[in-house]
Amino acid sequence: MSRHFTQDHEWIEVDGDGATVGITDYAQSQLGDVVFVEVPEQGRTFAKGDEAAVVESVKAASDVYSPVSGTVVEGNEALAEDPSLANSDPEGAGWFFKIRLTHPSELEGLMDEDTYKEFVAGL
Amino acid sequence: MSDATVHEHPTAETPPVEQLPLDAWHRARGGRMVEFAGYEMPIQYEGIMAEHLWTREHAGLFDVSHMGQLSFAGAGVDQALETLLPGDIQALKPGRLRYSLLLSQEGGILDDLMVTRLPEAHPFDGAELYMVVNGATKWDDLGHLREHLDDGITINHLDERALLALQGPEAVTALERLVPGVAALVFMTAGAFDWQGHALWISRSGYTGEDGFEISLPSDAAEGFAEALCADPEVKPIGLGARDSLRLEAGLPLYGHDLDEDTTPVAADLGFALSKRRREEGKFPGAERILAEHAAGAPMKRVGLIVEGRQPVREGAIVIDADGSEVGRVTSGGFAPSVGGPIAMAYVPAASAAIGTRVLLTQRGKTHSAQVTAMPFVPHRYVRKGAVQ
Repeated sequence: MSRHFTQDHEWIEVDGDGATVGITDYAQSQLGDVVFVEVPEQGRTFAKGDEAAVVESVKAASDVYSPVSGTVVEGNEALAEDPSLANSDPEGAGWFFKIRLTHPSELEGLMDEDTYKEFVAGL
Repeated sequence: MSDATVHEHPTAETPPVEQLPLDAWHRARGGRMVEFAGYEMPIQYEGIMAEHLWTREHAGLFDVSHMGQLSFAGAGVDQALETLLPGDIQALKPGRLRYSLLLSQEGGILDDLMVTRLPEAHPFDGAELYMVVNGATKWDDLGHLREHLDDGITINHLDERALLALQGPEAVTALERLVPGVAALVFMTAGAFDWQGHALWISRSGYTGEDGFEISLPSDAAEGFAEALCADPEVKPIGLGARDSLRLEAGLPLYGHDLDEDTTPVAADLGFALSKRRREEGKFPGAERILAEHAAGAPMKRVGLIVEGRQPVREGAIVIDADGSEVGRVTSGGFAPSVGGPIAMAYVPAASAAIGTRVLLTQRGKTHSAQVTAMPFVPHRYVRKGAVQ
């Protein structure tokens, strides 16, 4: 398994041709208290960079983009039920959706953890 | 991930961003600073939800020094001000304040404000009236007032003073400890006090729906005073984010969002700001239009909405009728921490303004149902004269 990061503050954990997507701890700290999450339904297909989910804090609404192209296998219903998971465990139980990759080569353009940390430190 | 909605509205001419007297103190306290009304201001410290709930249960300290503090002097100053706003300023007793509106000639709202008749003892040399106006509008207000008031009226912009608001059920306990005597004030009264030799002007008022105080003090005393207040276990500094969610739950309109020059006092549901004598005399800007609306109702009205589901509906969302046609607009909206769900304020046609009416809202391609509800969303807890404390 390997974890990659986007400049839009999504993480993607890849396992074979499947992957789990969420927002980073940095993203949740910037958002503040998350009060609503809309996760994608199973079967939806995304191109890389498509709007895939909505996350709303007390203050503002944000879009979550799909870091890769693929088909949604599962949206995290537990997160939709309890949006605060996005704050308390963004890179674990607060994952947004699972996706089957159509172009695994797209992962090559994403950052690894160290590069992402440097990227965030420079913001 | 990216922000889909932005709540601050930069103006076409952006003047340089200024710093509040408490700027360094906010940063040292972990305040996340954003630009608002021409100032760098703390939007939050530990989080909007926690700060909101803390204020409802304890006491929150807000820095509102960006707001404009003005004083007025001169013969006939109260009659002069009555040419620009619809409140009964002449009947205002010393040490009492009231909410009023600066009106355009067409009856639109240029600003909402608080005006106080000063008693004998006060820190504003020679002034008779004291006014607090919105930060984003203060320069326009000053221009408007200077243009329309007689040269015999002196206006002072008290820009060397800071303004703090201490709000919440424990505000009185904390402030009384520091400034003995403030507990004797009741809602919408004010007086002069002293703290370590600094001249304070304190009113029992605020904009959160809670009991609380607004404290005007010299800028150079602000940091020491804020530090002394926050040494109390009841008090925490609170950011702009929670100030906005608190005032929304309290059903209080925000200028530039729920009120603007295209809005009349009747449409804004601020008929209480039209004093009886003034309505009878009719001598205020836009009186003809406003009094006609007062008698017959305005075509559109500001209402409170409980939004179904959990997704917040924000400013800019559109009120639609059954055919999908635009009939109104959401002017404030968000998640209400004390209500536990999304609420909003919107302008809707008079026919849809009755409590209980269902309306449809669209936002980013999605339709939401909402119901018109009585405001405030959370009961006010003002300490009024004669009430048992």
